[in-house]
Amino acid sequence: MLNKTSRWLQGVGQRSIKSVRRLGVGNIFLMHAFIALPSIRKEFPLLIKQLYAVGVLTVQIIAVSGITVGMVLALQGYNTLIDFGAEDSLGQLVALSLVREMGPVLTALLFAGRAGSALTAEIGLMKVTEQLPAMEMMAVDPYKKVIAPRFLAGLISMPLLAAIFSAVGIAGGYLVGVGLLGIDGGAFWSQMTSKVDLYDDVLNGVIKSIIFGLVATWIAIYEGYEANPTTEGVSRATTRTVVHTAFAVLGLDFILTALMFGGE
Amino acid sequence: MLEVQTNNTDLIVSMRNASLSFGDRVILDSINIDIPRGKVTTIMGPSGTGKTTALRLISGQLYPSQGEVMVDGFNMSTIKRRELFALRKRMGMMFQSGALFTDLNVFENVAFPLREHTDLPESMIRDIVIMKLQAVGLRGARKLMPSELSGGMARRVALARAIALDPMMIMYDEPFTGQDPITVGVIMQLIRKLNDSLGLTSVIVSHDVAEVSSISDCLYIISNGKVVESGSPQSLKNSESEWTQQFLNGRPDGPAKFHYPADDYAEDLLTNVE
Repeated sequence: MLNKTSRWLQGVGQRSIKSVRRLGVGNIFLMHAFIALPSIRKEFPLLIKQLYAVGVLTVQIIAVSGITVGMVLALQGYNTLIDFGAEDSLGQLVALSLVREMGPVLTALLFAGRAGSALTAEIGLMKVTEQLPAMEMMAVDPYKKVIAPRFLAGLISMPLLAAIFSAVGIAGGYLVGVGLLGIDGGAFWSQMTSKVDLYDDVLNGVIKSIIFGLVATWIAIYEGYEANPTTEGVSRATTRTVVHTAFAVLGLDFILTALMFGGE
Repeated sequence: MLEVQTNNTDLIVSMRNASLSFGDRVILDSINIDIPRGKVTTIMGPSGTGKTTALRLISGQLYPSQGEVMVDGFNMSTIKRRELFALRKRMGMMFQSGALFTDLNVFENVAFPLREHTDLPESMIRDIVIMKLQAVGLRGARKLMPSELSGGMARRVALARAIALDPMMIMYDEPFTGQDPITVGVIMQLIRKLNDSLGLTSVIVSHDVAEVSSISDCLYIISNGKVVESGSPQSLKNSESEWTQQFLNGRPDGPAKFHYPADDYAEDLLTNVE
């Protein structure tokens, strides 16, 4: 009995040490990634290429999800608001939900699934095929050549993608609210513009999306770089990217929301 | 033993009692390896005995946990990052898989180190790349992408890339593994020819006995993290060590047992299943 308990405790301890260690390695990795960022001036074509792969190719899924979420929000919101005769506030409801919460959070989750997993798999496979060690052997720093362009592309893309998500979502809400449910178009827009604050709502949403972008890209490139250089290792790393990003984004979202909107 | 051991200036690499262990696992156990300048030296041994690890110690990808590794006058344990990178510009390495950059074509792969480390004009880079590709016989394949190359062609491109900066030393990690006889012949010839015509030093890690014996000047045989024997191919062929003989002649049984250690066979068969 005692033996079993001590073994269990040992397991817990080992796992904790491993987690803390991973976190430490991850932070050192992040530091190296930041240090390598200035070298991007010389590698501008690489950045453009990554902006396309990470950002542009993700627009499609972001736009489709955005418009769907906006339409559903409008439908659901209308059914609730009509009981109070407040259906004119639909524009405000849709816009606030998207700009404050759904835009940054859902974009980050979709980003992890579309761009993050691709980044992890790509970097992981570069490791499997010995491209990263080969680069080091040619006295070229992979942090500058491989990590920095991808990191920066993720940092730039995420806030823009979140903005596209919110904008398309509001358009979807307008389509359903005004086009389908017959709310007055003027009321929809005027309620929205008067109740959504540039700093309190839009800016806070943008700050969220920047932080989520940092976390999602960091996890993706770190998992790729530290992946076990085997087929199985890369597949595990890709899964971890999506799962860890989801946990991190949802957890951070609560903290950030509490800090930004909690004290009113 | 080797006759080159005394004259230090002729050694490009010297490993003195170099050991490497990860936790309790000992990969290399106090090995001594000398690699003379201008020669083709091969490190041989069964799979998983630390040959590639020895190569990684030389290239500074790993550090010895004990002992020292000297490469061209630099102690690899204390070398600064800047010095290591400068040293690596003078070392080429051909990885087992070729390790070509999959998003660049053959020409750009060979041009990569030149673009990174020199300020040469484009016309000069083009000339150098074409010359290096001509040397490995792939000038006509410069527009192809790595995915369109056969395994042997990929290794030859990797070889052209490794010699792009005219290094002093080139390392080959299992250059023959998994190649057809013609490709093996081509790579063998290239290793020897490039070594002699460019005045390189070549280090090969391989377990293809016949191939490396015919092109190497000296051989090291490693087993279980230790250097078992070393010398010229001829002297090893006449070795009295039973283990060396078994390895060189590929005998299935000998000092290296065919059977994994187990209980008595007959007893094992008669044991009742509980």
